[in-house]
Amino acid sequence: MKVTMTVNGKSMSGEAEGRTLLSSFLREELGLTGTHVGCDTSQCGACTVHVDGRQVKACTMFAAEAEGTDVTTIEGMANADGSLNTIQQAFQDYHGLQCGFCTPGMVMAASSLLEQNPKPSETEIREHLHGNICRCTGYHNIVKAIMAASGQDVPAVAAE
Amino acid sequence: MYNFEFVKPSSVDEAVAALKDEDAQPLSGGQTLIPTLKQRLNQPSRLVSLLGIADLVGLSESGGEMTIKGATNHATVAAEAASSFPGLAALAGKIGDPAVRNRGTIGGSIANNDPSACYPAAAMACQATIVTNTREIAADDFFEGMFATALDEGEIVTAVRFPVPEASNYQKFEQPASRFPLTGVFVAKYADRVGVGVTGASNDGVFRWKEAEEALASNFSPDAISGLTVPADDMISDLHGSAEYRAHLVKVLTGRGVAAC
Ligand SMILES: Cc1cc2nc3c(=O)[nH]c(=O)nc-3n(C[C@H](O)[C@H](O)[C@H](O)COP(=O)(O)OP(=O)(O)OC[C@H]3O[C@@H](n4cnc5c(N)ncnc54)[C@H](O)[C@@H]3O)c2cc1C
Ligand code: FES
Ligand code: FES
Repeated sequence: MKVTMTVNGKSMSGEAEGRTLLSSFLREELGLTGTHVGCDTSQCGACTVHVDGRQVKACTMFAAEAEGTDVTTIEGMANADGSLNTIQQAFQDYHGLQCGFCTPGMVMAASSLLEQNPKPSETEIREHLHGNICRCTGYHNIVKAIMAASGQDVPAVAAE
Repeated sequence: MYNFEFVKPSSVDEAVAALKDEDAQPLSGGQTLIPTLKQRLNQPSRLVSLLGIADLVGLSESGGEMTIKGATNHATVAAEAASSFPGLAALAGKIGDPAVRNRGTIGGSIANNDPSACYPAAAMACQATIVTNTREIAADDFFEGMFATALDEGEIVTAVRFPVPEASNYQKFEQPASRFPLTGVFVAKYADRVGVGVTGASNDGVFRWKEAEEALASNFSPDAISGLTVPADDMISDLHGSAEYRAHLVKVLTGRGVAAC
């Protein structure tokens, strides 16, 4: 079947079977490989994207269910001039990534948090990231990056 | 995953008709069903998405009852029930993680009846009514053991109706790897009774701890249950916790729930 959705502001269509996951559709049909697939079992959050403004795991949703929706992926996060947006820049500044595999999902989850809660506490950040697993950083620097991106004091964060 | 036909009807009648096909199955948030399909534990010929049915989404309150439509997701319940039924809103707000809460639905959770699912504990404690496309079923009769319910083939949960308690609290003792409760207890206090619903503990699935309900009805304080013991005979025993540990948790969590009400 043909599936059409708005991805990062542009209308895009592609072929999908009933079983085609949104993550496969984005990566293989649309060539948007920024959305990573870490576990494919709904555990790691690397595949996090926004559908109609809400964060979901693209590996746990069928492409057909995204018909007619507005999808944002990591490719849609940079500023219009191509520079990193505030959250992405903060991840770089605070070493919120090492291998970078979890980072697209972390950035998508973080931006969804900051939309709902512009000044989250450390606990709220950690709670919001429950579904996003990072095997490299130990999370402290991710929490710091999100604190910084929300304009809050960073040194106060995280027992190390 | 085996392939299937995907259909997205816009009314309950169309969904029921589409489910007449022998191997058709409803799909709500997919947060349980999609992982199962990936493991090829299930092979439907057709999935009937319920999320396009506007009639199946939303919360309403009247006459002391809260009705939550079947395809309402956990995030919506967490946000919209916060002032009128905070115990249930808090339960919904602790299910899984934010992405799971944006997709997973109350109907899917109740129909699936995972032995560790959160909503069934609240449904039992509150003696909720499960509304389907054909009938209404009392929670006590609906949950029939691990992953088993009174639903017939092709029957859809269209809503769950909760009598809103005076006070309620959900204690989720989280299993950190799965983010499901290892054991969870929902305590609901009404003018004339107390409900205690327990999930993640028994081999028979969700249950009401009736001894505690009686003790708490006459004395709503953690002391009222201090002399009671929960038998470990029918409790789940696995690498995360022994039967005795779970039995102990049921009592501890009930006490905490009462104290927090
Ligand atoms: C990482 C993760 C963590 C989770 N943590 C928790 C947790 O802490 N607590 C908890 O309770 N749950 C948890 N869940 C499960 C989650 O709440 C699911 O959303 C829920 O159990 C199933 O709802 P669904 O809408 O996704 O149903 P689906 O996966 O779409 O369907 C589940 C089953 O129910 C059937 N079905 C769906 N809707 C209906 C209906 N309206 N009528 C009849 N049958 C129907 C389907 O055919 C299928 O068999 C977690 C899931 C994940 C992936
Ligand atoms: S790839 Fe989707 S949650 Fe891990
Ligand atoms: S930076 Fe490597 S998994 Fe997070």
